Amino acid sequence: MPIRIKKEAVKRGIINRVKEISGIDINTCLQCKKCTNGCPVSGYTSSSPSEIIKKLQLGAGEELLDSEIIWTCVSCATCFSRCPMEIDMGGVMDALRVMAAETGAAKPDGNMPLMNKILLGTIKTFGRTYDLGAMALYKAGTASYMKDMDKVPMILKKGKIALLPSQGADKKMVKQIFNNLEKARKK
Amino acid sequence: MKYAYFPGCSAESTARDLYLSTLAVAPVLGIEFIEPAGWSCCGTTMAHQVDHDLSVSLAAANLLKVKDMGLDMVVSCASCYSRMKIANHEISTHPKTREIVSAALGRDYDGSVKVRHFVEIIIEDMGLAAFKKALKHSLQGLKVASYYGCLLVRPPEIASFDDPENPVYMDKIINAMGGVGLDWPHKVECCGGSLTLTRSDLVVKLSETIIAMAKDSGAQCIAVACPMCQINLDMRQDDILKTTGHRYNMPIIYITQLMGLCLGMSEQALGLNKLIISPRETLNFIQSSIRS
Repeated sequence: MPIRIKKEAVKRGIINRVKEISGIDINTCLQCKKCTNGCPVSGYTSSSPSEIIKKLQLGAGEELLDSEIIWTCVSCATCFSRCPMEIDMGGVMDALRVMAAETGAAKPDGNMPLMNKILLGTIKTFGRTYDLGAMALYKAGTASYMKDMDKVPMILKKGKIALLPSQGADKKMVKQIFNNLEKARKK
Repeated sequence: MKYAYFPGCSAESTARDLYLSTLAVAPVLGIEFIEPAGWSCCGTTMAHQVDHDLSVSLAAANLLKVKDMGLDMVVSCASCYSRMKIANHEISTHPKTREIVSAALGRDYDGSVKVRHFVEIIIEDMGLAAFKKALKHSLQGLKVASYYGCLLVRPPEIASFDDPENPVYMDKIINAMGGVGLDWPHKVECCGGSLTLTRSDLVVKLSETIIAMAKDSGAQCIAVACPMCQINLDMRQDDILKTTGHRYNMPIIYITQLMGLCLGMSEQALGLNKLIISPRETLNFIQSSIRS
């Protein structure tokens, strides 16, 4: 499949920013495509790990951040495990996610950035994740109340999800981590 | 054998059964667990997608608590296992990360606490010979597909758990209990756990591939050691039936629950009543030997 990037893209390539965030040098990629062949989701999305790397090398710009695979990547690390050049593709994906969130890039099906934000919010508040609360907030945020609604009564009845948030965590320490990192970033 | 035990958030919620069975099994095997007081979320599975330093710091806060206890950390959630190991790796190989994390925690942490999975300590510390001696019942040749998923084995340089492409630790435990650990191809395929709420359409496809292969390989149940794999493969069988018409009825049982059965513990004590796909047939198969 030919890989096309916009001509003017070369000037505003994002490869250096990816390296800055992740510390990963993708220029050693051989395009052997072991990552793409092992990727459990590349068959279900419009691009693949090896294609993302090639596009970055060719000077792709912020338009790359709209790629569906950035949010369908399951972080399974099969790509990294099998890469002969030991490129941590999951780390590259994480960097692209950070950039996509920064620039407000298009979000594909399933609003993963919102899910992440809600789950981290429960950690900041309770020190531990609160699944049921996060599920409810995510459904409210995406207006997808009906999806998976049949699951909730069943797992509640089985005692397979906690009704209330946990109270046992060292909340002070967790809040301190969030606050210190935020302060350090503002400096 | 004494360890600091990190339950992880799911232990109080979606993996209550893993928690119950792990805590039931451990003392009988001579394993003493002490929970670090006030343990908090390790940041899995979302923090690394948002903020690298935050994800390492959240894990490190717990590692630091365990360092103060002077013990190794045992984890029963594959996802926590992975994040703790990655945090140790990041802190010990990147001085800048160590500096940022230490500032966030208010104390220096050097990345030195050893992180182990429950399955690892059975094989590596206890040994299968001693494990076998503790058993009261046999799995009676039960055919089990051990499913390891992603986070226990990958990335191999960091996880260093068994063999990353063909792990056998759980199979060894199954075989020691008188079951048959099946040699099957999808031991380390991904079930899509991290997308379970956002892209359930994809998760259904990934999960079905794994369950179908286990069934084709002759499995009577799938044994797991990861809370995300368990609830995903268990809960999504209903959606697989609705979208494809394929009914698998494949019980997804924690390895610790199978261990508990062979140690003579009750279904209730092991949280087997919490499984969504009923393990009744599997239990009858094993228990027919116990009664006779």
